[in-house]
Amino acid sequence: MAKDILVLGPAWPEVFLACAAMALLMLGVFRGESSARLVSWLSVGALAATALLLSGTTPERGLTFGGMFVIDSFAVFMKMLVLLGSALAIVMSLDFNEREKIARFEYPVLFLFATLGMMMMVSASDLISLYLGLELQSLSLYVVAAFRRDSIRSTEAGLKYFVLGALSSGLLLYGASLIYGFAGTTSFAGIARIMVDSAGDMPLGVVFGVVFIAAALAFKVSAAPFHMWTPDVYEGAPTPVTAFFSVAPKIAAVSLLVRVLVEPFGPLVGAWQQIVVALAVVSMLIGGFAAIYQTNIKRLMAYSSIGHIGYALVGLAAGDETGVRGVLVYMSIYLFMNVAAFGAILCMRQQGRMVERIDDLSGLAKNQPMVAAALAISMFSMAGIPPLAGFFGKLYVFLAAISAGLYALAVIGVLTSVVAAYYYLRIVKLMYFDDPVDVFDQPIGRPLGLVLAGTSLFTLLFFVYPAPLIFAAGLAAAALYAG
Amino acid sequence: MVVALSHYLTVAAILFTLGIFGIFLNRKNVIVILMSVELMLLAVNINLVAFSVQLGDLVGQVFALLVLTVAAAEAAIGLAILVVYFRNRGTIAVDDINLMKG
Repeated sequence: MAKDILVLGPAWPEVFLACAAMALLMLGVFRGESSARLVSWLSVGALAATALLLSGTTPERGLTFGGMFVIDSFAVFMKMLVLLGSALAIVMSLDFNEREKIARFEYPVLFLFATLGMMMMVSASDLISLYLGLELQSLSLYVVAAFRRDSIRSTEAGLKYFVLGALSSGLLLYGASLIYGFAGTTSFAGIARIMVDSAGDMPLGVVFGVVFIAAALAFKVSAAPFHMWTPDVYEGAPTPVTAFFSVAPKIAAVSLLVRVLVEPFGPLVGAWQQIVVALAVVSMLIGGFAAIYQTNIKRLMAYSSIGHIGYALVGLAAGDETGVRGVLVYMSIYLFMNVAAFGAILCMRQQGRMVERIDDLSGLAKNQPMVAAALAISMFSMAGIPPLAGFFGKLYVFLAAISAGLYALAVIGVLTSVVAAYYYLRIVKLMYFDDPVDVFDQPIGRPLGLVLAGTSLFTLLFFVYPAPLIFAAGLAAAALYAG
Repeated sequence: MVVALSHYLTVAAILFTLGIFGIFLNRKNVIVILMSVELMLLAVNINLVAFSVQLGDLVGQVFALLVLTVAAAEAAIGLAILVVYFRNRGTIAVDDINLMKG
């Protein structure tokens, strides 16, 4: 046990990313304010190199840091998604930050630290490493939410995010302390052993602890009824930061939730399944109905993301390997369609200023057909219309729910996705059938254009060759259950 | 009277609840919210140390030290965001943090 602290093998990508982030921080300090663009591109490079290192790691399950850090196919799959989401968000921020005069080198470095925290979360196999990863991620995110520091909205978003994030960390810690006290260990493997040994006769303290931890993680994935921070933070934060918030931290938190519920508390499935079903139903309802009344596109995306988390939780509620595979497929498709939507939102500029009202999209198809097409693809996909990618995401989670006998849950899911289709299709209608009010600024900038084209092409053409993603997700889910 | 584990747990639970109420019921000042957050984390530390002594296991105390460290970082970032907010808005009353309705 004492020796394997020195075996860093499974954690090489994280070690590299930590060193790269600190080196880039130094570079930024020495080169001064003008280095923002250079540091951004180098950060993207660092993320790519981390992904390369990650793909070189052995696919077998490995532990390090005294059993606190685990690497398996599940972790690799989720980390790839997180790295991709962060890299895309940094690329999308480039032109925006320069226009808005918030291009500082700290910005990509904070993204790197947040990404490092997320990778730690995904690989956590102990309550302590879970907490530390989560905090590293959250502390960086609080700062980037308030990054436009001369804007009331952005700082208010940062403040709200901080207060509610700190509250959820407190809940998580209290749950962790209860589990430690009543199970006598903080390691996931140890907790799982105790769960199996004392099957049916669980100390009440452990059940309380699980509930606290599930509530805290529901905050982090912004599942209703713990979603109240989401719309405000999404609206107030700078748009590329919102794009980042809606993908990478969500994916990391979902994978943390899945791992915590499946690995140490797998034997308690009867207890947490009801919680997850309730979270999924409320999230889908809130995501479906509350978004209808929104006039701000970023608030609408916030409610839409709450709804999507609800659908992903449907897969988790199934509580088996198929369900987890559904969650993984859903989250990867969600990443692409959400980045496409935010890429289009970043194009919403009139006379050099960002506009955020949904009505501003009127007649977009006549002025900027490419952006309109990308946004339309993303909206159709989010509504779950075949053959776009979003349909397959929903298909796999609902299939898992039905094979687990959760018919009511699947029916509610399909019905709420019909409700949600209303506001997604309203945006398409505004763009294609209404008269243009004001023209958006051209050009949109090459990095953003590439991101937008790439993600919408993926969303559009996913059905042609879905096998690799589905297969990888299946392997990852199997690894989680084998471990 | 012997101070047993249950006493520590009760104190911690009371402090934790006070912290949560401090966040939600407080209408005056954001600084009070920051103090409430600290209170919650300290309640958790009492829990961890009490359990650690009870179990004869050091992990709880290590965890408590890590929580202290992170709490310090969290307070620093919270205060920094608060200062930036105050510069823009000129007030830190909780009722005034309402630019975005939510």
